[in-house]
Amino acid sequence: MSLVKEHELHKRRRGRNIGVGLVLAAFIAIIFGLTFVKVTRENFQVQPQQGVTDGN
Amino acid sequence: MSDASLHASPYENEAQFGDYFALLKPRVMTLVVFTAFVGLLAAPVGVHPFVGFCAVLFIAVGGGASGALNMWYDSDIDAVMKRTAKRPIPAGKVTRDEALAIGLTLSVFAVVFLGLATNWVAAGLLAFTIFFYVVVYTMWLKRLTPQNIVIGGAAGAFPPMIGWAAATGDISTASVLMFCLTFLWTPPHFWALALFVRMDYDNATVPMLTVTHGRRATRRHVLVYTVLLAVFAIGLGFTQVGGPVYLATSVLLNALFLKGAVQIARRDEAQAEADSYKVEKKFFKLSLLYLFAHFGAILVDAGLDRLGVWG
Repeated sequence: MSLVKEHELHKRRRGRNIGVGLVLAAFIAIIFGLTFVKVTRENFQVQPQQGVTDGN
Repeated sequence: MSDASLHASPYENEAQFGDYFALLKPRVMTLVVFTAFVGLLAAPVGVHPFVGFCAVLFIAVGGGASGALNMWYDSDIDAVMKRTAKRPIPAGKVTRDEALAIGLTLSVFAVVFLGLATNWVAAGLLAFTIFFYVVVYTMWLKRLTPQNIVIGGAAGAFPPMIGWAAATGDISTASVLMFCLTFLWTPPHFWALALFVRMDYDNATVPMLTVTHGRRATRRHVLVYTVLLAVFAIGLGFTQVGGPVYLATSVLLNALFLKGAVQIARRDEAQAEADSYKVEKKFFKLSLLYLFAHFGAILVDAGLDRLGVWG
């Protein structure tokens, strides 16, 4: 039996699903924010690759 | 079969998001957040506000994870104590395996991300805090010694040190003394409560000082820890986090706290029962203000210092 569009399970777990969704969204926002802060700092440096510095 | 049981949903006890959140002991988390925040802001090194926010968040998640692991291990004793019987595991909402999985996942997440966001000294301290609370306190010593409150208090005392390390990358006299403040405050705070609230730790076979050594000894312990606390709390005022606001607050509150502890030590049970544990209750209420005001004063001094008020 396939799930109908609004199965009872969807209603029952709505709170849980919304909660997990919000946590994941917050996680993405935090990673994005942290990356932004780190790369825009004055002392931020990208490590040069070995091949690039050797001129190969 | 009754009519009610025919209509009862088989999913009535299904966990909601709030039940999983309750595993993280949100009330304990508020103290963790506040003290970690103070440790971070009192540090002499400035931190980007967003990094600071993330650091406090990861410390709180780490604290919450250790709470979940504590509930996983202690589910047997939680079920027999009235105060803890409604926790998600004994209430049948969340399984022990789920609590273990959430606790371990969030522990690793919090430590790794605190390290990436700030530094590995702070991350190492957070990892040690989780280990200390879960393994040393919960698994090993809680059911073994009546000094369990002292050991549990140590685990709860690390957040300001972690906050400080997140900003500075090291451990200093000031951060160790901030640790001592919560560490030495916990025993008199909790034992005062144990004197006037009947606790059912006996049913759970957890040794409590009031039962193993008696109420007379508990009263003496409250006084000894309060004297030690006063020394370390006022001593903190002479480190780099101390200032006029902190010193004034600390001297006043320690005088009041010592007075209360002396009164508790001098009383016997007959006197306490005669006035319904008035002194013990007053001391307990003061203990709540004591910790909040001390960390609050550190925050005020740090703010005034940044504004250049003290020159």
